[in-house]
Amino acid sequence: MSNNDRRGFLAASAGLGLVAIAPGVHLMQVAQARPAGEPASKLQRWGMLVDTTKCASGCTACVSACATENGINEQVADPRQAAQWIRKIDIKDPKNGRQHSLPMMCQHCAEPPCVDVCPTGASMKRADGIVLVDRHICIGCRYCMMACPYKARSFVHQPLTQQNPEVPRGLGCVESCTLCVHRVDKGQKPACVEACPEGAMLFGDLEDPNSDIARRIAQTATTQVRADLKLNTGVRYQGI
Amino acid sequence: MRRAVTLFLLGVLPWLTFSAWAGDGVPKPTIVIANEGKCIAPTEEMRRNHMDMLKHQRDETMRKGVRGKPASLNGCIECHAGKSTGSVIGKDHFCESCHSYAAVKLDCWDCHQPKAGFKAAGVKP
Repeated sequence: MSNNDRRGFLAASAGLGLVAIAPGVHLMQVAQARPAGEPASKLQRWGMLVDTTKCASGCTACVSACATENGINEQVADPRQAAQWIRKIDIKDPKNGRQHSLPMMCQHCAEPPCVDVCPTGASMKRADGIVLVDRHICIGCRYCMMACPYKARSFVHQPLTQQNPEVPRGLGCVESCTLCVHRVDKGQKPACVEACPEGAMLFGDLEDPNSDIARRIAQTATTQVRADLKLNTGVRYQGI
Repeated sequence: MRRAVTLFLLGVLPWLTFSAWAGDGVPKPTIVIANEGKCIAPTEEMRRNHMDMLKHQRDETMRKGVRGKPASLNGCIECHAGKSTGSVIGKDHFCESCHSYAAVKLDCWDCHQPKAGFKAAGVKP
């Protein structure tokens, strides 16, 4: 079974057969920038809702936007070493032929297995639910990569020089989607959400009952991939 | 032969030494400060404590999400990047001139971008 098949199976096993037609909710939402000097609060929990019924197969706008925003531009020697901040996967139910395309990235779990297994405390969850790698203390052991059920982490195998100033990344550390934490802290949305031409990605505060994302989750059927693991993911899907 | 070498050394060594120590007697790194007087703290304090300030704020920012405090590495770079390359590393540039003089290895630049205002062009890997 190839790597992609495994990933497809992973997402497919999350649950098929639910068809949730999106209500005509506009997906833009304005977040508030946190005042300077204030830490992230646990009264917020950032999350994302992906409407797979709108996500077009073959479209990689979110992946390109992520690469541009986060300076992921290195050529890797082996495709298995490629950065896995976000990737598009196509899944198909073999029984009825129903197909989906969806972006897969760090699911920003409330109970992240990557944090559980990290021997140094580098893998961490911020108070507002964003799961990050503190590269200052990451020793590159890659336990977290093995622990992640979503294959959402990758390791940098080569020296890098083209990093964006706001997104440090480099050789010998594990990395993953940061939910564009540098943008979120400024009150902006993640780059992928902003780039999606279909408006299929909704970003917001899951803890705020008045936010668009919390209302959508309260009203429509949404799925957590591998909900059986009870990780309480911050990234939810609609339509799979 | 030995006498010739001794004479040579006696003659040449003091000259070499003194020429290297010209001025106040101690070799100094060349530090070019592009924007003088705009630092977040007086020079003496920065020289002694910049590493602690950076490390303290790095943990606050990285782990707690505190933004907008003064001692940010990007803040240093914006002000101190050398005019010729736009970078704080490289010969005679702000960070490296002192650190190579003091033989203190910097690994900030393994991950952080040393060039001010750098914008990476994204290519899907």
